[in-house]
Amino acid sequence: MIKHPHTVTFTLNGELKTFITRPDEKLLDLLRREGYKGTKYGCGQGTCGACTVLMDGRAVYACLLFAMQAENRNVRTIESVGTHEKPSEFQQELIDGAAVQCGFCIPGMIMSAEALMQAEEVYPDDIVREYMDGNLCRCTGYEKIWGALRRVLDRREAAGPKTK
Amino acid sequence: MSLEQTKNFKQVNHSVRKVDAVQLALGKPSYVADFAPRDALIVKMLWSPHPHAKIVSVDVSAAEKMPGVKAVLWHGNVPRIAHCTAGQGFPEPSPYDTFMFDVKVRFVGDRVAAVAAETEEQAKAALAKIKVVYEKLTPVFSIDEAMADGAPIIHDEPEAHVPIPIPYEPKKNLVARVGCEAGDFEKGMQEADFTFDDTYETPYAQHCPIEPYVSLAQIDSAGRIVITTSTQVPFHCRRIVAQTLGIPVQKIRVIKPRIGGGFGSKQEILLEDVVAMFALRTGRPCFWQFTREENFRTGRTRHPIRVRIRTGIKKDGTITAIGMDCWNNTGAYGGHGLTVVSCCGSKVLPLYRCENIHFLGKVYYTNLPVGGAYRGFGATQAFFAMESTMDKMAEAIGMDPLKLRQLNHIKSGEGSPVFAALGEGKEGVPMTVGSCALGECITKGAAEIGWQNRADWRTKTGRYRRGLGMACLMQGSSIPHIDMGGASIKMNEDGSFNLLVGATDLGTGSDTVLAQIAAEELATTTDKMIVYSSDTDMTPFDVGAYASSTTYLSGEAARKAAADAKRQILHTGAEMLNLPEDQVVCKDAHVQSKDGQHKVSYGDISCYSLYSKNQYQIIGTASHVTHKSPPPFAAHFAEIEVDTWTGIVKVLKYVSTIDCGTAINPALCEGQTEGGTLNGISYALTEQYLFKNGRMTNASFTDYHIFSMRDRAPIKAILVPSYEDTGPFGAKSVSEICINGPAPVFGNAIYNATGARLNEFPFTPEKVLEAIRAVKQ
Ligand code: FES
Ligand code: FES
Repeated sequence: MIKHPHTVTFTLNGELKTFITRPDEKLLDLLRREGYKGTKYGCGQGTCGACTVLMDGRAVYACLLFAMQAENRNVRTIESVGTHEKPSEFQQELIDGAAVQCGFCIPGMIMSAEALMQAEEVYPDDIVREYMDGNLCRCTGYEKIWGALRRVLDRREAAGPKTK
Repeated sequence: MSLEQTKNFKQVNHSVRKVDAVQLALGKPSYVADFAPRDALIVKMLWSPHPHAKIVSVDVSAAEKMPGVKAVLWHGNVPRIAHCTAGQGFPEPSPYDTFMFDVKVRFVGDRVAAVAAETEEQAKAALAKIKVVYEKLTPVFSIDEAMADGAPIIHDEPEAHVPIPIPYEPKKNLVARVGCEAGDFEKGMQEADFTFDDTYETPYAQHCPIEPYVSLAQIDSAGRIVITTSTQVPFHCRRIVAQTLGIPVQKIRVIKPRIGGGFGSKQEILLEDVVAMFALRTGRPCFWQFTREENFRTGRTRHPIRVRIRTGIKKDGTITAIGMDCWNNTGAYGGHGLTVVSCCGSKVLPLYRCENIHFLGKVYYTNLPVGGAYRGFGATQAFFAMESTMDKMAEAIGMDPLKLRQLNHIKSGEGSPVFAALGEGKEGVPMTVGSCALGECITKGAAEIGWQNRADWRTKTGRYRRGLGMACLMQGSSIPHIDMGGASIKMNEDGSFNLLVGATDLGTGSDTVLAQIAAEELATTTDKMIVYSSDTDMTPFDVGAYASSTTYLSGEAARKAAADAKRQILHTGAEMLNLPEDQVVCKDAHVQSKDGQHKVSYGDISCYSLYSKNQYQIIGTASHVTHKSPPPFAAHFAEIEVDTWTGIVKVLKYVSTIDCGTAINPALCEGQTEGGTLNGISYALTEQYLFKNGRMTNASFTDYHIFSMRDRAPIKAILVPSYEDTGPFGAKSVSEICINGPAPVFGNAIYNATGARLNEFPFTPEKVLEAIRAVKQ
């Protein structure tokens, strides 16, 4: 039906991929249609964080970006974090700490935390709050999510600066 | 059983891992939208831009010819069947005042016509081609306008009726009226040393689950409609869709996958009839997801309620009279209108001993967004009035408000005439309170917040003033003699079990809690349970997740089903061990002789029963109906700081104690309490609907502020155990009660900080500042 399909090429979870898209397609819609269902739609307005993915290491709202803006970028989704056998450290704390209620906000929370841990070496509360403020949760009151994250960050701080 | 014996529990009363936590943390496909096939048609709705109008004509001919459009629905091409969108017991105590599509629109956001097209863009383009001619009618924007003589009639359709005999006068915009009297209210007022007469108002609010409303309908190979939907009430959904489409229940299967939060909003059938109709018309999978804006405008809301409360008290702290008159604005449709206002009385008035009680609740239609079920369900609104008044009474008699509550709150073994008088659309059930640890909740919470440091507001000076506030709360657990839940449990070769329940986990953790209950009863471990819930083809019936019923009601069904399976396991185990049945017991996933000398594992028992001898399927099944609605109790406390220059209220600490009986899963109970409390805090301080000509002007998370990580108030949840004999392993309910606290707690704390008493919230800086200025004058 589309005579001149547009394409977009970017690294997705470590693999270089090319997708057919439209100039007005949002990155969120492309990801979900291609099977990356862990990235959620919660508002489509950049206000809830359920669609958070990493682009070149920074947390971005996939619902606001056009898919074509990902050209040549490095995109990571929740599908790149953890497995049933080996969840990530934060995922494990969330699971063990009863911090996953409905779970709808959780992939976005995890991606924001990934961005935080990639970018920062120390994690004072106010910095952590800034990174996590864009992810709304209506179930938990944030108590257990905060506690789980704090445990991970405290361990990392105690382990000293990143080696890599 | 007593509190002591809870120490012996191996599965319940332990914070076992939530059964779906890993899949959700990994982001695996779990929710409705994750299951939409790539070729699903996208549904979009044309919503009413007018608060009140007649639809003179609809022309869909151009829309039907638009590219990609497969079907258009409007009132001219669907059955006209009056029904109620609220998912409640049947027949519902709510009016049948809704049609799939109607010839009239009654609020901004009402349905007009819908399109199903290959893509969202095509569906939207087609909506723009639908030509509608409206004849605008005078809108009704408040309870006062709705009650006025000669008010415009919002439901003038002849079909509107309530399927049970309760007052309903749509010509007067009256949706329902309910009341009760005990003792002699007027006499009680006369006997008092001090009397009070105040009116409180509570605002509209939306539940704001992060997953919006979303539904998917597909026609399976056998021609049946399979609806995968984000619902709290799968079985009511099946019944209501069948009714609305005029097809048999048999033709429909409803599946509830994981749900991204509900809080009451999804106790409503708002999308399923349309996706099902489109699927029937097109034979294609049809997918409809609300935008966030639609979730605000068309989604259900918390009923705004005006509460006039009149009380009398003696100098010694005896409450001589409580009178409550509630006016409930249900918006354009009446679902839950009656039951919410009933709960203003039934979940609030019994908390304090008083012989002379008056209650009257009235519900009116307006041309505003539609009220529905929302966590707290009427109790939230009425507790704001009740607990504000408690503080006012305490001050009048010069008593610590904490002491006044201690003096008067209901205790174990006590009843209230209100329990028997107020039910859900009929009379209630007489009841005495079984377990009650409210006294301990109060003392523990007071110690945690530092209540002994509370000082009179007149002693406070300076720009920033701190204040302490408290409130006591109760709720219920299930709707007695109405709600029913079923469960069945089937044993597999390796000693694992399929636990099939109708109960609906919407993120609350009920699948986990029910698995723990079944595992405890079966003397096995929770990880041996494969839980499958809420599939109308596969699982037993359950009314669904509402009325704080799942743990207490469905939990007991799961326990009884497990007990049924256990009888069979004991029977076969005894046969294998060559012992009489009364000489064997279940322990650690084995059947063993009483002395433990001889034993056989559940896996071997199952293999034997399936393959070896006297074969049969070990399967237990049970249903449960409750005869009581035992209240959980809570005492909430907060310390706040008011900036008297700006009116900004900062929450320094919030303490949320709860007596939920046995906490089946303490960590999940804490999570429920923390989450519900923060939702209540957010409601009390920031959340409200702003309107212009009936149109909500702040329908986004930018303009309708819910608390974020940065706003997060430090909440300390404290579980105070008690043992409810009628519940599974001593459990009551946990989910709703916690949301009722913050509004009265902050109202009382603001007063304690500044001397300003606010009778309505959210306590925005503007309102607080104005109230503080009024004190100074
Ligand atoms: S869906 Fe992107 S921020 Fe809400
Ligand atoms: S767990 Fe439900 S929104 Fe966060």
